[in-house]
Amino acid sequence: MKKYQSPDPFTGAREHSGCAYMNDQDDPVTMILRLKDVRKTAHNWKTFQSGAAPGRIVIPSEVNIRDTRQIPFEVDPPMHGSFRALLDPWFKRPLGNEYRAQLGQQVNALVDEVLTKGVIDAVEAFSLCLQSRALTLLLNTDASEADTWIGWGTHVFRSEDDPLDKDKAGLLYDYIDEKINAASADPEGDLYSVLLAAEVEGKKLTHEEIKGIMILTFAGGRDTVINAVTNTISYFAEHPESLTRLRNEPDIIGRAIEELIRYFAPLTQMGRVATQDSTVCEHAIKADSRVSLCWASANRDASVFESPEEVILDRKLNPHVSFGFSHHNCLGATHARQIMRVLVETLIEKVGSIDIVDFEENIEQLGEFERKVGFHRLNVHFHPR
Amino acid sequence: MANITFITQDNIPVTVHGESGSVMELAVENNVAGIDGDCGGVCSCATCHVHVAKEQFSLVGQASEIEKDMLELDDDADEYSRLCCQIDITPELDGLVLTVAGQ
Repeated sequence: MKKYQSPDPFTGAREHSGCAYMNDQDDPVTMILRLKDVRKTAHNWKTFQSGAAPGRIVIPSEVNIRDTRQIPFEVDPPMHGSFRALLDPWFKRPLGNEYRAQLGQQVNALVDEVLTKGVIDAVEAFSLCLQSRALTLLLNTDASEADTWIGWGTHVFRSEDDPLDKDKAGLLYDYIDEKINAASADPEGDLYSVLLAAEVEGKKLTHEEIKGIMILTFAGGRDTVINAVTNTISYFAEHPESLTRLRNEPDIIGRAIEELIRYFAPLTQMGRVATQDSTVCEHAIKADSRVSLCWASANRDASVFESPEEVILDRKLNPHVSFGFSHHNCLGATHARQIMRVLVETLIEKVGSIDIVDFEENIEQLGEFERKVGFHRLNVHFHPR
Repeated sequence: MANITFITQDNIPVTVHGESGSVMELAVENNVAGIDGDCGGVCSCATCHVHVAKEQFSLVGQASEIEKDMLELDDDADEYSRLCCQIDITPELDGLVLTVAGQ
């Protein structure tokens, strides 16, 4: 098997049953595995809510480490729509020329740096740096903040030996409290200041609401972007001909990015809590129990995707759900897509080949399933064109 | 090759001229309000939803199964809905009128 590959562990369960079960801190989850069921359930917010206890729709559950509600992620319509109306224009800024140019400078500098360095760990020395620096653009904050975030390591909520590290989560929450207080005293043009000045449904946002938006912005786009970037590097390391093809056929770069995002599905799943007794794919779902929308499984559904186990760079029809589906689709998707585009454009311009020296996979244990979501370590050597 | 009119969510008609590519790309290039095309045209995001004028629906034809599945869960969809990333610009589309969904 090639090193970039992320085999689908859900094929059998998806085809035979459509659902699977996993326990998570004694709050079990019915995992929904087929694309159509995932989309229908995501759309049905009245029966499958996001506005449960803070942290409960996340798998593994964060109810024991977090009291702050992440917004708009853990809010249901119609209030959810009011928050999205406020936030969407800010989170579409990555489409602007200046934003794109600044991101291009960041990625150019980083690629130039790793091309001179010999063997580096792509996770720590590339993906984490890229993600953190790009986040300063999304927040419109000082570029030097990235150094602080890089210092936190690859996981905001997780340490090496504990997937749910309360102390590490506290570090982020305290940092955000400080930043909101600082912006309150001396507003600038950053996201904290914009939120402090904003109103939703005629009311100023509370400190706790702003904190909830900021936690989502930090946590939601960290592991996911790091995994997407690292997996993409591993793919190009084993497919130098794809770098050449994209250089010669730039028109398919957009499709290639969507395909890499489909295949690698940086977020495996997201939960919902049933508000009433229901059924999904003929499986009974009890009120107040959890289901998960398993994006990673849905993206490999052979009833929709031809040859789902293959990366087909110019895949034309690609209704993947890596950015979720319906009301709660990913707020940071525009930023993530722009990162991927600038990354691919920079790699095809500057990089001739990438050697993988050694690696350690990041495997998630999900009940009976094991899914590779990325790498803990990917030591690589970048070679210039 | 074809003049296509978009009626925006504010009920403003915008007529643009396209040579090739998809109707979504044409709309995005011309900043037609309400057509985002977030996924670049691979039928993943449903942010390019339009209603085709009933009498012109035969010009664009029926959606594929995958596109229909996307539209099925769009609360604003009707029998003349299409995702315009899946409509290629051809000379036959000259004069087409599309109403941007979400009004």
